[in-house]
Amino acid sequence: MLRVPRYWREIPYRYRLIGSKCKNCSKIYFPPKQRCRVCGSTELEPVNLPRRGRVITYTVIRSPPSGYEKYAPYIVGIIELEGGVRILSQIVDCDPTEITIGMEVEAAFRRVIEQGEAGVIEYGYKFRPIIKP
Amino acid sequence: MRKVAIIGVGCTKVDDHWGKSLRNLFADAALKALEDSGIERVDSLYVGNMSSGFLQGQEHLGALMADSIGMPGIPAVKVEAACASGGVAFHEGFKAVVSGLADLVLVGGVEKMTDTLTPYVSSAMIMAEDQEYTAYTGVTFVGLNALIHRLYMETFKAKPEEIAMFPVVDHQHAVNNSFAQFQSTITVDRVLKSPFVADPLHILECAGIGDGAAAAVLCPLEKAKEFTDTPIEVAASTVVTDTLSLHERDNLLTFSASQRAAKSAYEMAKIEQSDVDVLEVHDAFSILGPISLEDLGFVKKGEGAKFTMEGQTAIGGKLPTNTFGGLKARGHPVGATGVYQIVELTWQLRGEAGKNQVNGAEIGMAQNIGGIGATVTVHILRRVK
Repeated sequence: MLRVPRYWREIPYRYRLIGSKCKNCSKIYFPPKQRCRVCGSTELEPVNLPRRGRVITYTVIRSPPSGYEKYAPYIVGIIELEGGVRILSQIVDCDPTEITIGMEVEAAFRRVIEQGEAGVIEYGYKFRPIIKP
Repeated sequence: MRKVAIIGVGCTKVDDHWGKSLRNLFADAALKALEDSGIERVDSLYVGNMSSGFLQGQEHLGALMADSIGMPGIPAVKVEAACASGGVAFHEGFKAVVSGLADLVLVGGVEKMTDTLTPYVSSAMIMAEDQEYTAYTGVTFVGLNALIHRLYMETFKAKPEEIAMFPVVDHQHAVNNSFAQFQSTITVDRVLKSPFVADPLHILECAGIGDGAAAAVLCPLEKAKEFTDTPIEVAASTVVTDTLSLHERDNLLTFSASQRAAKSAYEMAKIEQSDVDVLEVHDAFSILGPISLEDLGFVKKGEGAKFTMEGQTAIGGKLPTNTFGGLKARGHPVGATGVYQIVELTWQLRGEAGKNQVNGAEIGMAQNIGGIGATVTVHILRRVK
Protein backbone atom coordinates (compact mmCIF):
# COMPACT_ATOMS: atom_id res chain seq x y z
CA MET A 1 0.00 0.00 0.00
CA LEU A 2 1.46 3.34 -1.06
CA ARG A 3 1.35 6.44 1.08
CA VAL A 4 0.03 9.58 -0.62
CA PRO A 5 3.37 11.15 -1.63
CA ARG A 6 4.59 7.89 -3.14
CA TYR A 7 1.45 7.61 -5.21
CA TRP A 8 1.43 11.31 -6.10
CA ARG A 9 4.96 11.38 -7.54
CA GLU A 10 4.16 8.51 -9.92
CA ILE A 11 1.14 10.28 -11.44
CA PRO A 12 2.86 11.57 -14.63
CA TYR A 13 4.05 8.06 -15.50
CA ARG A 14 0.86 6.27 -14.55
CA TYR A 15 -1.72 8.75 -15.88
CA ARG A 16 0.04 9.91 -19.02
CA LEU A 17 2.60 7.17 -19.84
CA ILE A 18 5.65 9.42 -19.57
CA GLY A 19 8.95 7.67 -20.20
CA SER A 20 12.43 9.10 -20.65
CA LYS A 21 14.49 9.53 -23.81
CA CYS A 22 18.27 9.77 -24.00
CA LYS A 23 19.19 13.06 -25.67
CA ASN A 24 22.43 11.52 -26.91
CA CYS A 25 21.45 8.13 -28.40
CA SER A 26 17.61 8.40 -28.44
CA LYS A 27 17.05 5.20 -26.43
CA ILE A 28 13.65 5.39 -24.72
CA TYR A 29 13.00 3.93 -21.26
CA PHE A 30 9.93 2.96 -19.31
CA PRO A 31 10.14 3.28 -16.38
CA PRO A 32 12.24 6.44 -16.80
CA LYS A 33 15.94 6.31 -15.97
CA GLN A 34 18.50 8.88 -14.81
CA ARG A 35 21.36 7.37 -16.79
CA CYS A 36 21.31 5.71 -20.21
CA ARG A 37 22.56 2.11 -20.04
CA VAL A 38 23.47 2.16 -23.74
CA CYS A 39 25.67 5.28 -24.01
CA GLY A 40 26.10 6.35 -20.40
CA SER A 41 24.62 9.82 -20.89
CA THR A 42 22.87 11.47 -17.96
CA GLU A 43 20.97 13.81 -20.28
CA LEU A 44 17.51 12.27 -20.50
CA GLU A 45 14.23 14.07 -21.09
CA PRO A 46 10.61 13.14 -20.45
CA VAL A 47 8.80 11.74 -23.47
CA ASN A 48 5.19 10.78 -24.11
CA LEU A 49 4.96 7.11 -25.02
CA PRO A 50 2.63 5.88 -27.77
CA ARG A 51 -0.65 4.63 -26.31
CA ARG A 52 -1.09 1.75 -28.76
CA GLY A 53 0.75 -1.51 -29.16
CA ARG A 54 0.44 -5.27 -29.43
CA VAL A 55 0.55 -8.13 -26.93
CA ILE A 56 3.89 -10.00 -26.81
CA THR A 57 2.86 -12.51 -24.13
CA TYR A 58 0.26 -12.72 -21.39
CA THR A 59 -0.95 -14.65 -18.37
CA VAL A 60 -4.10 -14.90 -16.28
CA ILE A 61 -3.56 -14.20 -12.58
CA ARG A 62 -5.70 -16.57 -10.52
CA SER A 63 -3.90 -16.32 -7.17
CA PRO A 64 -3.50 -12.55 -6.70
CA PRO A 65 -1.41 -10.61 -4.18
CA SER A 66 -3.13 -8.91 -1.26
CA GLY A 67 -5.28 -5.98 -2.37
CA TYR A 68 -6.05 -7.39 -5.82
CA GLU A 69 -8.30 -10.28 -4.76
CA LYS A 70 -11.55 -8.82 -6.01
CA TYR A 71 -10.27 -8.41 -9.58
CA ALA A 72 -9.13 -12.05 -10.04
CA PRO A 73 -8.93 -13.67 -12.47
CA TYR A 74 -7.33 -10.88 -14.50
CA ILE A 75 -4.98 -10.71 -17.47
CA VAL A 76 -1.47 -9.26 -17.27
CA GLY A 77 0.66 -8.98 -20.38
CA ILE A 78 3.77 -7.48 -21.88
CA ILE A 79 2.81 -4.98 -24.57
CA GLU A 80 5.18 -3.66 -27.22
CA LEU A 81 4.15 -0.06 -27.88
CA GLU A 82 4.47 1.49 -31.32
CA GLY A 83 8.15 2.37 -31.66
CA GLY A 84 9.30 -0.63 -29.63
CA VAL A 85 9.18 0.29 -25.92
CA ARG A 86 7.66 -2.51 -23.83
CA ILE A 87 5.38 -2.16 -20.84
CA LEU A 88 3.80 -4.56 -18.37
CA SER A 89 0.11 -3.95 -17.80
CA GLN A 90 -3.23 -5.45 -16.97
CA ILE A 91 -5.31 -6.05 -20.06
CA VAL A 92 -8.99 -5.35 -19.45
CA ASP A 93 -12.30 -5.39 -21.34
CA CYS A 94 -11.20 -8.76 -22.67
CA ASP A 95 -12.16 -12.25 -21.55
CA PRO A 96 -9.22 -14.54 -20.71
CA THR A 97 -10.45 -16.91 -23.43
CA GLU A 98 -10.31 -14.19 -26.09
CA ILE A 99 -6.84 -12.74 -25.65
CA THR A 100 -4.14 -13.74 -28.15
CA ILE A 101 -0.46 -13.01 -28.73
CA GLY A 102 -0.27 -10.22 -31.28
CA MET A 103 -3.60 -8.65 -30.27
CA GLU A 104 -3.68 -4.88 -30.80
CA VAL A 105 -4.35 -2.93 -27.61
CA GLU A 106 -4.52 0.68 -26.39
CA ALA A 107 -3.96 2.39 -23.06
CA ALA A 108 -6.96 3.24 -20.92
CA PHE A 109 -7.26 5.19 -17.66
CA ARG A 110 -8.56 2.94 -14.91
CA ARG A 111 -8.90 2.40 -11.21
CA VAL A 112 -6.05 0.11 -10.07
CA ILE A 113 -6.43 -0.48 -6.34
CA GLU A 114 -8.19 1.03 -3.33
CA GLN A 115 -6.34 1.52 -0.10
CA GLY A 116 -9.16 0.40 2.17
CA GLU A 117 -12.34 2.29 3.18
CA ALA A 118 -10.72 5.64 3.92
CA GLY A 119 -7.57 5.42 1.81
CA VAL A 120 -6.46 6.73 -1.54
CA ILE A 121 -7.96 5.25 -4.70
CA GLU A 122 -5.07 4.66 -7.08
CA TYR A 123 -5.58 5.14 -10.80
CA GLY A 124 -3.31 4.40 -13.72
CA TYR A 125 -2.96 2.74 -17.10
CA LYS A 126 -4.44 -0.56 -18.13
CA PHE A 127 -4.65 -1.70 -21.73
CA ARG A 128 -7.72 -2.86 -23.66
CA PRO A 129 -8.30 -4.38 -27.09
CA ILE A 130 -8.69 -1.86 -29.89
CA ILE A 131 -12.24 -2.14 -31.16
CA LYS A 132 -12.19 -1.79 -34.92
CA PRO A 133 -15.25 -0.08 -36.39
CA MET B 1 43.82 -14.86 -4.46
CA ARG B 2 43.52 -17.63 -1.91
CA LYS B 3 41.62 -20.77 -2.83
CA VAL B 4 38.55 -21.63 -0.77
CA ALA B 5 37.10 -24.90 0.48
CA ILE B 6 33.90 -26.10 2.13
CA ILE B 7 34.64 -28.06 5.31
CA GLY B 8 31.16 -28.56 6.73
CA VAL B 9 27.52 -28.41 5.71
CA GLY B 10 24.08 -28.90 7.25
CA CYS B 11 20.41 -28.19 6.65
CA THR B 12 16.92 -28.70 8.02
CA LYS B 13 14.15 -30.50 6.22
CA VAL B 14 12.07 -28.10 4.14
CA ASP B 15 8.66 -28.24 5.74
CA ASP B 16 5.86 -26.39 7.49
CA HIS B 17 7.86 -25.94 10.70
CA TRP B 18 5.00 -24.71 12.90
CA GLY B 19 7.00 -25.19 16.08
CA LYS B 20 10.17 -23.45 14.94
CA SER B 21 10.96 -19.76 14.54
CA LEU B 22 13.23 -18.11 11.99
CA ARG B 23 16.12 -18.15 14.46
CA ASN B 24 15.47 -21.79 15.50
CA LEU B 25 15.68 -22.92 11.88
CA PHE B 26 18.84 -20.94 11.26
CA ALA B 27 20.51 -22.26 14.39
CA ASP B 28 19.54 -25.87 13.58
CA ALA B 29 21.26 -25.70 10.19
CA ALA B 30 24.23 -23.63 11.36
CA LEU B 31 25.00 -25.88 14.34
CA LYS B 32 24.87 -28.95 12.08
CA ALA B 33 27.36 -27.33 9.70
CA LEU B 34 29.67 -26.43 12.58
CA GLU B 35 29.44 -29.97 13.94
CA ASP B 36 30.12 -31.37 10.46
CA SER B 37 33.25 -29.23 10.18
CA GLY B 38 34.36 -29.98 13.73
CA ILE B 39 34.88 -26.35 14.71
CA GLU B 40 33.50 -24.28 17.58
CA ARG B 41 33.68 -20.72 16.28
CA VAL B 42 33.92 -18.78 13.04
CA ASP B 43 35.45 -15.39 12.18
CA SER B 44 32.38 -14.03 10.45
CA LEU B 45 28.82 -14.84 9.41
CA TYR B 46 26.73 -14.15 6.31
CA VAL B 47 22.98 -14.76 6.47
CA GLY B 48 21.05 -15.15 3.22
CA ASN B 49 17.42 -14.18 3.65
CA MET B 50 14.87 -12.42 1.49
CA SER B 51 11.74 -11.49 3.38
CA SER B 52 12.17 -11.57 7.15
CA GLY B 53 11.32 -7.87 7.32
CA PHE B 54 7.93 -8.43 5.73
CA LEU B 55 7.09 -11.96 6.86
CA GLN B 56 8.32 -11.72 10.47
CA GLY B 57 8.76 -7.96 10.94
CA GLN B 58 12.33 -8.89 11.79
CA GLU B 59 15.45 -7.30 10.35
CA HIS B 60 19.03 -7.12 11.60
CA LEU B 61 19.51 -10.83 11.05
CA GLY B 62 23.31 -10.63 11.18
CA ALA B 63 23.45 -9.82 14.88
CA LEU B 64 20.34 -11.89 15.68
CA MET B 65 21.71 -15.07 14.15
CA ALA B 66 25.25 -14.62 15.49
CA ASP B 67 23.65 -14.31 18.94
CA SER B 68 21.43 -17.35 18.27
CA ILE B 69 24.43 -19.58 17.63
CA GLY B 70 26.34 -18.31 20.66
CA MET B 71 28.72 -16.00 18.83
CA PRO B 72 27.68 -12.42 19.57
CA GLY B 73 30.63 -10.24 18.72
CA ILE B 74 31.64 -11.59 15.32
CA PRO B 75 31.07 -9.55 12.15
CA ALA B 76 27.69 -10.67 10.81
CA VAL B 77 25.37 -9.35 8.13
CA LYS B 78 22.20 -10.26 6.25
CA VAL B 79 22.55 -10.52 2.48
CA GLU B 80 19.44 -9.95 0.40
CA ALA B 81 19.07 -10.56 -3.33
CA ALA B 82 15.53 -11.94 -3.56
CA CYS B 83 15.54 -15.70 -4.28
CA ALA B 84 19.30 -15.49 -4.91
CA SER B 85 19.94 -14.29 -1.35
CA GLY B 86 21.52 -17.64 -0.39
CA GLY B 87 23.79 -17.75 -3.44
CA VAL B 88 24.89 -14.16 -3.00
CA ALA B 89 25.50 -14.71 0.73
CA PHE B 90 27.73 -17.66 -0.19
CA HIS B 91 29.56 -15.44 -2.69
CA GLU B 92 30.15 -12.83 0.04
CA GLY B 93 31.51 -15.54 2.34
CA PHE B 94 33.75 -16.75 -0.47
CA LYS B 95 35.08 -13.22 -0.95
CA ALA B 96 35.84 -12.88 2.77
CA VAL B 97 38.03 -16.02 2.67
CA VAL B 98 39.60 -15.25 -0.73
CA SER B 99 40.61 -11.79 0.47
CA GLY B 100 42.31 -13.07 3.59
CA LEU B 101 40.11 -10.99 5.88
CA ALA B 102 38.66 -14.14 7.44
CA ASP B 103 39.75 -17.76 7.73
CA LEU B 104 36.63 -19.47 9.03
CA VAL B 105 33.34 -18.20 7.63
CA LEU B 106 29.83 -19.49 8.19
CA VAL B 107 27.24 -18.89 5.46
CA GLY B 108 23.64 -19.72 6.25
CA GLY B 109 20.43 -19.21 4.33
CA VAL B 110 17.05 -19.14 6.04
CA GLU B 111 13.44 -18.38 5.19
CA LYS B 112 10.29 -18.95 7.19
CA MET B 113 7.31 -18.55 4.88
CA THR B 114 4.48 -20.15 6.86
CA ASP B 115 4.21 -17.35 9.43
CA THR B 116 1.64 -15.58 7.26
CA LEU B 117 -1.16 -16.19 4.73
CA THR B 118 -0.64 -16.99 1.05
CA PRO B 119 -1.64 -13.57 -0.40
CA TYR B 120 0.97 -11.95 1.84
CA VAL B 121 3.58 -14.47 0.70
CA SER B 122 2.67 -13.51 -2.90
CA SER B 123 3.12 -9.85 -1.95
CA ALA B 124 6.48 -10.62 -0.34
CA MET B 125 7.73 -12.48 -3.42
CA ILE B 126 6.77 -9.72 -5.84
CA MET B 127 8.87 -7.33 -3.74
CA ALA B 128 11.75 -8.77 -5.79
CA GLU B 129 10.35 -6.79 -8.69
CA ASP B 130 9.80 -3.08 -9.32
CA GLN B 131 7.04 -1.96 -6.95
CA GLU B 132 6.09 1.20 -8.85
CA TYR B 133 5.88 -0.26 -12.36
CA THR B 134 5.54 -4.03 -12.08
CA ALA B 135 3.94 -5.09 -8.79
CA TYR B 136 1.50 -2.23 -9.30
CA THR B 137 -0.14 -4.09 -12.19
CA GLY B 138 -1.22 -6.89 -9.82
CA VAL B 139 1.14 -9.37 -11.46
CA THR B 140 2.55 -12.07 -9.19
CA PHE B 141 5.90 -13.77 -9.31
CA VAL B 142 4.24 -16.85 -10.74
CA GLY B 143 2.62 -14.59 -13.33
CA LEU B 144 5.94 -13.21 -14.55
CA ASN B 145 7.23 -16.74 -15.07
CA ALA B 146 3.99 -17.63 -16.82
CA LEU B 147 4.67 -14.83 -19.33
CA ILE B 148 7.96 -16.54 -20.20
CA HIS B 149 6.36 -19.99 -20.22
CA ARG B 150 3.73 -18.98 -22.79
CA LEU B 151 6.24 -17.24 -25.04
CA TYR B 152 8.61 -20.24 -24.85
CA MET B 153 5.88 -22.62 -25.98
CA GLU B 154 4.86 -20.24 -28.76
CA THR B 155 8.41 -19.58 -29.98
CA PHE B 156 9.90 -23.08 -29.80
CA LYS B 157 6.68 -25.05 -30.31
CA ALA B 158 7.42 -26.77 -26.99
CA LYS B 159 4.63 -28.94 -25.66
CA PRO B 160 3.19 -28.44 -22.16
CA GLU B 161 4.12 -32.05 -21.28
CA GLU B 162 7.77 -31.45 -22.18
CA ILE B 163 8.02 -28.50 -19.82
CA ALA B 164 6.04 -30.34 -17.13
CA MET B 165 8.67 -33.09 -17.13
CA PHE B 166 11.11 -30.97 -15.12
CA PRO B 167 9.10 -31.05 -11.86
CA VAL B 168 8.32 -34.74 -12.46
CA VAL B 169 12.05 -35.58 -12.44
CA ASP B 170 12.53 -33.38 -9.37
CA HIS B 171 9.95 -35.42 -7.49
CA GLN B 172 11.58 -38.71 -8.56
CA HIS B 173 14.84 -37.50 -7.03
CA ALA B 174 13.23 -36.19 -3.83
CA VAL B 175 11.82 -39.60 -2.90
CA ASN B 176 15.20 -40.57 -1.42
CA ASN B 177 15.92 -37.19 0.21
CA SER B 178 14.72 -37.09 3.82
CA PHE B 179 15.26 -33.29 3.86
CA ALA B 180 12.86 -32.76 0.93
CA GLN B 181 9.50 -31.07 1.35
CA PHE B 182 7.74 -33.48 -1.02
CA GLN B 183 9.07 -37.06 -0.96
CA SER B 184 6.50 -38.31 -3.44
CA THR B 185 6.31 -38.86 -7.18
CA ILE B 186 4.01 -37.04 -9.58
CA THR B 187 3.17 -37.70 -13.22
CA VAL B 188 3.07 -35.37 -16.20
CA ASP B 189 -0.64 -36.08 -16.49
CA ARG B 190 -1.23 -35.06 -12.89
CA VAL B 191 0.81 -31.86 -13.35
CA LEU B 192 -1.20 -30.84 -16.40
CA LYS B 193 -4.51 -31.61 -14.71
CA SER B 194 -3.66 -29.54 -11.63
CA PRO B 195 -5.21 -26.04 -11.45
CA PHE B 196 -3.66 -22.99 -13.08
CA VAL B 197 -2.03 -20.48 -10.74
CA ALA B 198 -1.19 -18.15 -13.62
CA ASP B 199 -1.97 -19.62 -17.06
CA PRO B 200 -0.22 -21.60 -18.50
CA LEU B 201 1.58 -22.47 -15.23
CA HIS B 202 -0.13 -25.17 -13.18
CA ILE B 203 0.21 -25.36 -9.42
CA LEU B 204 2.31 -28.55 -9.67
CA GLU B 205 4.81 -26.62 -11.79
CA CYS B 206 5.48 -24.11 -9.00
CA ALA B 207 7.69 -24.46 -5.93
CA GLY B 208 5.55 -24.47 -2.82
CA ILE B 209 5.66 -22.38 0.33
CA GLY B 210 7.97 -23.84 2.94
CA ASP B 211 10.36 -23.15 5.81
CA GLY B 212 13.99 -24.16 5.89
CA ALA B 213 17.60 -23.30 6.52
CA ALA B 214 20.94 -24.51 5.16
CA ALA B 215 24.51 -23.67 6.09
CA ALA B 216 28.10 -24.21 5.04
CA VAL B 217 31.50 -23.48 6.62
CA LEU B 218 34.31 -22.10 4.46
CA CYS B 219 38.05 -21.90 5.04
CA PRO B 220 41.20 -21.45 2.94
CA LEU B 221 41.83 -24.58 0.83
CA GLU B 222 45.39 -24.86 2.12
CA LYS B 223 44.07 -25.30 5.69
CA ALA B 224 41.07 -27.47 4.86
CA LYS B 225 42.78 -30.81 5.52
CA GLU B 226 43.22 -29.76 9.16
CA PHE B 227 39.44 -30.03 9.53
CA THR B 228 38.26 -32.70 7.10
CA ASP B 229 39.48 -35.55 4.91
CA THR B 230 37.01 -34.55 2.19
CA PRO B 231 37.27 -30.82 1.55
CA ILE B 232 35.35 -29.50 -1.44
CA GLU B 233 36.96 -26.66 -3.35
CA VAL B 234 34.89 -23.65 -4.37
CA ALA B 235 36.38 -23.45 -7.84
CA ALA B 236 34.22 -20.54 -9.01
CA SER B 237 31.75 -18.06 -7.54
CA THR B 238 30.10 -15.46 -9.75
CA VAL B 239 27.25 -12.96 -9.42
CA VAL B 240 25.74 -11.10 -12.39
CA THR B 241 22.79 -8.70 -12.50
CA ASP B 242 20.43 -7.57 -15.26
CA THR B 243 17.60 -5.04 -15.61
CA LEU B 244 15.29 -5.55 -12.66
CA SER B 245 12.21 -5.95 -14.82
CA LEU B 246 11.57 -8.62 -17.42
CA HIS B 247 9.76 -6.33 -19.86
CA GLU B 248 12.83 -4.11 -20.22
CA ARG B 249 14.84 -6.89 -21.87
CA ASP B 250 15.03 -7.44 -25.61
CA ASN B 251 15.09 -11.22 -25.24
CA LEU B 252 12.49 -12.61 -22.85
CA LEU B 253 13.56 -16.25 -23.29
CA THR B 254 17.19 -15.91 -22.24
CA PHE B 255 18.44 -14.78 -18.86
CA SER B 256 21.61 -13.06 -19.98
CA ALA B 257 22.71 -12.85 -16.34
CA SER B 258 22.68 -16.67 -16.28
CA GLN B 259 24.71 -16.85 -19.47
CA ARG B 260 27.30 -14.37 -18.25
CA ALA B 261 27.55 -15.80 -14.72
CA ALA B 262 28.15 -19.26 -16.20
CA LYS B 263 30.71 -18.06 -18.73
CA SER B 264 32.72 -16.28 -16.03
CA ALA B 265 32.44 -19.30 -13.74
CA TYR B 266 33.76 -21.73 -16.37
CA GLU B 267 36.71 -19.39 -16.90
CA MET B 268 37.35 -18.99 -13.17
CA ALA B 269 37.27 -22.77 -12.58
CA LYS B 270 39.17 -23.43 -15.82
CA ILE B 271 36.68 -26.06 -16.95
CA GLU B 272 34.36 -26.66 -19.91
CA GLN B 273 30.64 -27.07 -19.33
CA SER B 274 31.04 -30.70 -20.43
CA ASP B 275 33.17 -31.29 -17.30
CA VAL B 276 30.16 -30.76 -15.01
CA ASP B 277 29.05 -34.07 -13.47
CA VAL B 278 26.12 -32.88 -11.40
CA LEU B 279 24.01 -29.74 -11.71
CA GLU B 280 21.65 -27.72 -9.54
CA VAL B 281 19.39 -25.25 -11.34
CA HIS B 282 16.90 -22.78 -9.93
CA ASP B 283 13.59 -24.23 -11.08
CA ALA B 284 11.17 -22.29 -8.90
CA PHE B 285 8.83 -22.75 -11.87
CA SER B 286 9.00 -25.58 -14.41
CA ILE B 287 9.93 -23.29 -17.30
CA LEU B 288 13.07 -22.09 -15.49
CA GLY B 289 14.50 -25.62 -15.73
CA PRO B 290 14.76 -25.83 -19.54
CA ILE B 291 15.69 -22.16 -19.87
CA SER B 292 18.51 -22.58 -17.35
CA LEU B 293 19.89 -25.70 -19.09
CA GLU B 294 20.06 -23.57 -22.24
CA ASP B 295 21.49 -20.42 -20.65
CA LEU B 296 24.21 -22.37 -18.84
CA GLY B 297 25.32 -23.82 -22.18
CA PHE B 298 24.32 -27.48 -21.80
CA VAL B 299 21.84 -27.51 -24.68
CA LYS B 300 20.93 -25.21 -27.58
CA LYS B 301 18.24 -22.56 -27.15
CA GLY B 302 14.80 -24.12 -27.33
CA GLU B 303 16.02 -27.67 -26.67
CA GLY B 304 15.97 -27.73 -22.87
CA ALA B 305 12.47 -29.15 -22.58
CA LYS B 306 13.17 -31.98 -25.04
CA PHE B 307 16.42 -32.80 -23.23
CA THR B 308 14.46 -33.21 -20.00
CA MET B 309 11.78 -35.30 -21.73
CA GLU B 310 14.51 -37.68 -22.95
CA GLY B 311 15.49 -38.34 -19.32
CA GLN B 312 18.92 -36.70 -19.60
CA THR B 313 18.51 -34.71 -16.38
CA ALA B 314 17.56 -37.74 -14.30
CA ILE B 315 20.13 -39.62 -12.24
CA GLY B 316 21.66 -41.99 -14.79
CA GLY B 317 21.17 -39.49 -17.63
CA LYS B 318 23.84 -37.38 -19.34
CA LEU B 319 23.48 -34.50 -16.89
CA PRO B 320 21.99 -35.42 -13.51
CA THR B 321 20.21 -32.26 -12.37
CA ASN B 322 18.58 -31.31 -9.06
CA THR B 323 19.48 -34.71 -7.65
CA PHE B 324 17.86 -33.98 -4.26
CA GLY B 325 14.59 -32.69 -5.74
CA GLY B 326 15.31 -29.15 -6.84
CA LEU B 327 13.20 -26.20 -5.85
CA LYS B 328 9.96 -27.96 -6.70
CA ALA B 329 10.36 -31.08 -4.55
CA ARG B 330 13.22 -30.46 -2.10
CA GLY B 331 11.50 -27.12 -1.55
CA HIS B 332 12.22 -23.42 -1.96
CA PRO B 333 12.50 -21.48 1.29
CA VAL B 334 13.65 -18.60 -0.85
CA GLY B 335 16.62 -17.09 1.00
CA ALA B 336 17.95 -20.55 1.87
CA THR B 337 17.73 -22.14 -1.59
CA GLY B 338 21.15 -21.07 -2.85
CA VAL B 339 22.78 -22.61 0.23
CA TYR B 340 20.74 -25.84 -0.04
CA GLN B 341 22.23 -26.23 -3.52
CA ILE B 342 25.74 -25.93 -2.07
CA VAL B 343 24.97 -28.46 0.69
CA GLU B 344 23.59 -30.99 -1.81
CA LEU B 345 26.50 -30.61 -4.24
CA THR B 346 28.90 -31.09 -1.31
CA TRP B 347 27.19 -34.38 -0.42
CA GLN B 348 27.43 -35.50 -4.05
CA LEU B 349 31.11 -34.61 -4.38
CA ARG B 350 31.97 -36.25 -1.04
CA GLY B 351 30.18 -39.40 -2.17
CA GLU B 352 27.60 -39.04 0.62
CA ALA B 353 24.47 -38.77 -1.53
CA GLY B 354 23.15 -42.24 -0.70
CA LYS B 355 20.70 -43.69 -3.22
CA ASN B 356 20.95 -40.51 -5.29
CA GLN B 357 24.73 -40.65 -5.63
CA VAL B 358 26.04 -39.74 -9.08
CA ASN B 359 28.90 -42.19 -9.45
CA GLY B 360 32.31 -40.60 -9.62
CA ALA B 361 31.00 -37.03 -9.42
CA GLU B 362 33.96 -34.65 -9.26
CA ILE B 363 32.58 -31.32 -10.43
CA GLY B 364 29.25 -29.82 -9.45
CA MET B 365 27.61 -26.59 -10.50
CA ALA B 366 24.81 -24.56 -8.91
CA GLN B 367 22.78 -21.75 -10.42
CA ASN B 368 20.62 -19.56 -8.16
CA ILE B 369 18.26 -16.96 -9.66
CA GLY B 370 16.98 -13.85 -7.91
CA GLY B 371 13.91 -12.07 -9.19
CA ILE B 372 13.05 -12.81 -12.78
CA GLY B 373 16.70 -13.29 -13.75
CA ALA B 374 17.81 -9.92 -12.36
CA THR B 375 20.45 -11.53 -10.13
CA VAL B 376 22.09 -14.85 -10.96
CA THR B 377 24.83 -16.62 -9.03
CA VAL B 378 26.81 -19.56 -10.34
CA HIS B 379 29.02 -21.73 -8.17
CA ILE B 380 31.33 -24.50 -9.31
CA LEU B 381 32.49 -26.97 -6.67
CA ARG B 382 35.24 -29.54 -7.14
CA ARG B 383 36.25 -32.62 -5.17
CA VAL B 384 39.81 -32.23 -3.89
CA LYS B 385 41.91 -35.17 -5.00
